[in-house]
Amino acid sequence: MNHDTFLTTLRRTKLRLLKMHKQANAGHIGGNLSALDAVLLLHVETMGPSDYFVLSKGHSAGALYASLWATGKLSEEQLLTYTRDGSFLAAHPSGGWHPGIPFSTGSLGHGISLASGVALGWKLLRKPGHVYCLMSDGELQEGSCWEAFTFAKQHGLDNLTVLVDHNGLQGFGRVEEVAAPMLPLSQKFVAFGWEVTTVDGHSYADLHAALVTPAGEGGRTRAIILKTVKGHGVSFMEDKMEWHYLPMNDEQYEQAVREVGGAS
Amino acid sequence: MRNALCDTLISLYKQNRFLFMTGDLGFMALEPLRAIMGGDFVNAGVAEQNMVSAAAGVAHTGLQTWVYSIAPFAYARPFEQIRNDVCLHDLDVKIVGNGGGYAYGYMGATHHAIEDYGVMAALQNMICHIPAFAGDVLPIARRMQQTPGPAYLRLGRHEMPVEAVLPDYAPWRELLSGESGNIVVVGPVVGQVYQAVQSVMAKKGGSFGLWVLTELPVPEIPQGLRESIVQHPEKPLIIVEEHVAHGGVGMAICHLLAKLGASPRNFRHLHAAGYLKGSGYGTQQFHRKQSGIDAESVELLLGGLV
Repeated sequence: MNHDTFLTTLRRTKLRLLKMHKQANAGHIGGNLSALDAVLLLHVETMGPSDYFVLSKGHSAGALYASLWATGKLSEEQLLTYTRDGSFLAAHPSGGWHPGIPFSTGSLGHGISLASGVALGWKLLRKPGHVYCLMSDGELQEGSCWEAFTFAKQHGLDNLTVLVDHNGLQGFGRVEEVAAPMLPLSQKFVAFGWEVTTVDGHSYADLHAALVTPAGEGGRTRAIILKTVKGHGVSFMEDKMEWHYLPMNDEQYEQAVREVGGAS
Repeated sequence: MRNALCDTLISLYKQNRFLFMTGDLGFMALEPLRAIMGGDFVNAGVAEQNMVSAAAGVAHTGLQTWVYSIAPFAYARPFEQIRNDVCLHDLDVKIVGNGGGYAYGYMGATHHAIEDYGVMAALQNMICHIPAFAGDVLPIARRMQQTPGPAYLRLGRHEMPVEAVLPDYAPWRELLSGESGNIVVVGPVVGQVYQAVQSVMAKKGGSFGLWVLTELPVPEIPQGLRESIVQHPEKPLIIVEEHVAHGGVGMAICHLLAKLGASPRNFRHLHAAGYLKGSGYGTQQFHRKQSGIDAESVELLLGGLV
């Protein structure tokens, strides 16, 4: 996939994501827009049939569903059920019914341990495959994450790549206001023995370069910190904490669609 | 029972591969298992939350995984990980908690597990096993291995007198039959109750039906016991468990009996009292005494019923 093709797919997927959230009157759109570029690229370009994606930041479920839709792994009919009664597409993933949604996540700090377990299981069973796990920057304040990073490094889980959606905003403040000692994130990973790359999470070239690099080997564990913008691509949402929560009204939705490049 | 578990898991591993994870515990107990299992024995470190979630991830790949720690560190610290990652996904993870009830005694309240199986049994897909005797460990562990899905195993100490005749393992077992009342006991504390019954019978006569239960959710009450309770509601029914009342077997049996329309008129529930203010801490027997579930306290109660 080249740059232009990806951008076309990204625009189409972003519009579908906005529509999905508008129809459901759902929140969390800000963190979905910060994560979408990476989640989509993983699904359309990076991952092979043996690979897994674990969404540790479960509140970006919309980005996962839209990416699965973009790759034909979720149907339009399934997507229309998002957050409705009887749907399997809750606002946080409910796992086990679809190969692209292996785990129920949403309580932060779980996905990375689950992903580490899958990576360890595949190694023990000599199965191929690579596990990609997307986390949020605020999520890293959960102590269990650091249990998992220690565990993954200790057991040489080089078939695991962690991506951190570092949009700098969390539930009730900025990361530097709530947990400044966590910053810079890269140093923390380095201190735990991980190899770290920091990239622009909205740049196809950066993401492609980081993800196309062969997965770790020889016990090297790898983290990619994605410098992102919450609400990316929609001017009134960008870098605004309230878009962690708010649903869009009609006017906001129409403006968002226009800015992303669709017809309102 | 910890040594029995080690021998059992060595035997089971030779038949079917699984992964064993410990939260940095097992000194002078699990070394033989580690030697046999090699890379399938993982010390996950002092990090129980990650251990349980990682176990769920491994189980997701198709490899059954056992996790082990002191009981409260196995079920309470990683509760959300058990709930979300193991039980919601119905994954084949076996949680082993050593030292059920007050077994860790003077090590302190942080090391006790007196609300474990009530909490675990509340979780979807979870089956709890509370072996009463060392000989239960093998059949229970074999059953856990052969039954996919989450399970919790509460280990304690074998406390039965050597002369006691123990029937083969079953979730419900009748140890003694009798007419003066029925007693249902959960786990190793049955050793205390057995002594009490024998002493009362020797001193005062009478006889009690003594049943031991080792599984939750509580399986259907055996016919003989059920009929005795339903047909003779005047007979005492006594439940004894080293677990708090809430979520315990006493409440579960009341629920089952209510559904049957049975209403025993002389119902006693002897259970862990927790920690009495100002009373301090001590051995397992100290806390049992405070709770009225030691042999002497049970004997006093039974003596008044004969």
